Amino acid sequence: MKHIIFGFTFVMALLLPLSAAQAAADLEINTPAISTLKSSMQARHPQLAPFYSSGAVGFSRDGLVAVRDAAAVPLAQRQALNSLVAAENKDRNALYAEIANGNQHPEWEPEIRATFAKRWADKAQGGWWVQDGSGWVKK
Amino acid sequence: MKPLYWALAAAMLLPACVTINIYFPAAAAEKAADRIIDDVWQLQDKKAAPAAPAAETPAAQPAP
Repeated sequence: MKHIIFGFTFVMALLLPLSAAQAAADLEINTPAISTLKSSMQARHPQLAPFYSSGAVGFSRDGLVAVRDAAAVPLAQRQALNSLVAAENKDRNALYAEIANGNQHPEWEPEIRATFAKRWADKAQGGWWVQDGSGWVKK
Repeated sequence: MKPLYWALAAAMLLPACVTINIYFPAAAAEKAADRIIDDVWQLQDKKAAPAAPAAETPAAQPAP
């Protein structure tokens, strides 16, 4: 009996890290909802890019975009800019939630958001503005 | 003696279950983020594509 219990404990101890490693393999990002959000953001990017370059819009540390210098945009364009930023953030919020839900872990949303915030900032082009722990920084 | 072993097994299993539930695959998330960002910003043509063979790029690229 002792052997059985020992054996059971040993096998379980071996299996547990295995199941954890399996969960780490990949995140599902090929759902229809994610593809839709991705194309919508892709189509919007050429409109947003000039605002990234001018510094009017920057990448906030919560994984969204934010108007950081409205003065860099002519008054007539500001309303359009605000709509653009709002639409982009709506897509981004939906994207983070969709990735978390699509992987059966809605509670991962904050970590997914944080991961994206870091990667958007890392991949941002030189001259674009990103928000770090202390404030806005020009790359 | 027996209950001690059961207690030991339970003590090992219980926290493990909790760990798996809250476990966040940071590396996988970063990879997923990179793939999505590359798509949204169309970065594939500017940067050397990562070694991953499963490329979803519609653009036909000449074989390296």
